[in-house]
Amino acid sequence: MSQVADTVEATAETGEEFDGLRLRGVTKDFATFTAVDDLDLDVPRGSFFALLGPSGCGKTTTLRMVAGLETPTSGTITLAGQDITHDRPYRRPVNTVFQSYALFPHLDVFENVAFGLRRRRQRDVKGPVNEMLELVELTSQARKKPAQLSGGQQQRVALARALINKPEVLLLDEPLGALDLKLRRAMQLELKRIQTEVGLTFVHVTHDQEEAMTMADTVAVMNKGVIEQLGAPDQLYENPESTFVANFLGQSNLIEGRVRSRAADVVTVDMHGIDVSVPAARAHADGELGWVGIRPEKVLIGDEGEALDAPGNTIPGGVVTDVSFYGVSTQYLVRMPWGQELQVFEQNTGRRRLFRHGDRVELSWRPEYAFLLDHHQDASAGAQQGAEE
Amino acid sequence: MSETVRRRGRVGYLLLLPALLWLGVFFVIPFYSLMATSLYDPGGSDFRGYRMAWAWGNYSEVVHAYWPELVRSLVYGAVATLLCLVLGYVLAYAIAFKAGRWKNLMLVLVVAPFFTSFLIRTLSWKLILADDGFVVNTLQAAHLLGADGRLLATPVAVIAGLTYNFLPYMVLPLYASLDKIDHLLIEASGDLYANPFVGFFKVTWPLSLPGVVSGTLLTFIPAAGDFINVKLLGSPNQRMIGNVIESQFTDANNYPAAAALSVVLMAIIVAIVLVYVRRAGTEELL
Repeated sequence: MSQVADTVEATAETGEEFDGLRLRGVTKDFATFTAVDDLDLDVPRGSFFALLGPSGCGKTTTLRMVAGLETPTSGTITLAGQDITHDRPYRRPVNTVFQSYALFPHLDVFENVAFGLRRRRQRDVKGPVNEMLELVELTSQARKKPAQLSGGQQQRVALARALINKPEVLLLDEPLGALDLKLRRAMQLELKRIQTEVGLTFVHVTHDQEEAMTMADTVAVMNKGVIEQLGAPDQLYENPESTFVANFLGQSNLIEGRVRSRAADVVTVDMHGIDVSVPAARAHADGELGWVGIRPEKVLIGDEGEALDAPGNTIPGGVVTDVSFYGVSTQYLVRMPWGQELQVFEQNTGRRRLFRHGDRVELSWRPEYAFLLDHHQDASAGAQQGAEE
Repeated sequence: MSETVRRRGRVGYLLLLPALLWLGVFFVIPFYSLMATSLYDPGGSDFRGYRMAWAWGNYSEVVHAYWPELVRSLVYGAVATLLCLVLGYVLAYAIAFKAGRWKNLMLVLVVAPFFTSFLIRTLSWKLILADDGFVVNTLQAAHLLGADGRLLATPVAVIAGLTYNFLPYMVLPLYASLDKIDHLLIEASGDLYANPFVGFFKVTWPLSLPGVVSGTLLTFIPAAGDFINVKLLGSPNQRMIGNVIESQFTDANNYPAAAALSVVLMAIIVAIVLVYVRRAGTEELL
């Protein structure tokens, strides 16, 4: 505890220095592949940071390097200005909540939670442990062995065991992966509440995009050992910079287009004979060709010639090929004149009629919702992995 | 309904039958025979025959006459078990955590000595520890052993033989226990500020206790009753209770005394095991 306070003061004195977790040029090579490739990352102190990506993207390896369970092949890891790249795990002010919890089966809940304090020879163990058990609502289970607890309770023990040490950074390795959906949602809120309450830096590794977006202040989307994009959840979702992010976070319609002109604030793209515009700030492609992207819920669907509230980008000639009614919303598949099927989500507000299979429709969207991506990227990158979860 | 319950009960007994038969043939009958023999008239002989005399005096006589051998057996057995534990733990730990793809080969090597007879292996120790052998010469050169010092016919040789012969019985249960430990638990202890040394004593060791308990029992029980190692590597000065029982049975033909000693040894070992297992907190083993 005093350790945390000391470092806060130390960095306050040195002023400008970044006092969070910083990775610079971190690479991890295994015998046959590179798990993490020249990674730069800044996690500000006190933030809830999510590393999001499909399995095998290097997110867990990154976490293990921060924990000291793997040694980077090259690069440095600093925490509050101190180089910890080669520190032994037991010397780092970092604790981990493991995916499988890794609770000590021979110790009861109380002793599991007390483990870190006892190793650091803290004199008062009983008070903090009881406080922590109260925080995770396990006071009545203190004398039980981990095997006697449910999955959700074990998860909370794992969390308490790490949190009690008040680490500079708490690492969470898919901590909710083993829980069923309902419990997972409850634990997400719980984790978020605890993080706000204790104010520690959380680095959360997950493949669940919904989990990352609902919990984290900042999300880094990882793919093949590198960070594709980093930002606030809404920023990532609304303005993806690569096809992988566009598909992995939610769903996107990606339509091939040819850039006709670039103005200071707007890019005009010829999309199969129809001119659409994309704000320059949302255009992430330099070449002549690009992918025009639009989220399905941003697309409006209407009868041919119907005046829709979306001046600018209107694409006629669509035919409804599939209708899925979800109650709260309806999902359409619309075949466009150039043969591609686009997705449209519409809220069932009751103000608009339902379309049927075979109806002729036109689609439109506001230009400010569209984005433009590099044509060299695979238009289906990340789609499968995102949909699986 | 009561009909089906009764039938199910009968089926239950039927299924128990093989186990009961096995126990009867291999435990109850021999044990009964041993107990009965231990109470025979000590004046009997092969020639004149034996008579059941409820001679409880046999027990006090043998304990009075042979308590030094009894104590020595327990001490030798305990020392050999402790040495087996230290050597076996290191070996089992290496196989479970460090051997990687050599794991199976190393396990085969642990068992490999069993392919040669117990007697042959013990006899070759006689050569290794011989008075003009390499080991004795080296120890003498290093002044760890006097110029006329020897290893054969000393407690050292007997305990070394016991340790050698029973080591695999220690290694295998220890390995089974250690191999089951989730490696993440050791990582977790490191993550929670335990250095490797502390992590071992707080996580690995307690989780390997079932293996420690079964390994020490599998080693101690036969080691305390062994007589071959004394016979081949020791001298009458190292006589263990197994040697006494053997000579009472085969040389002196004093069956009641031999049987009484066997029962005493069994009773002592059962008592020790009960206390030990209770202390180790692994009652589920019993």
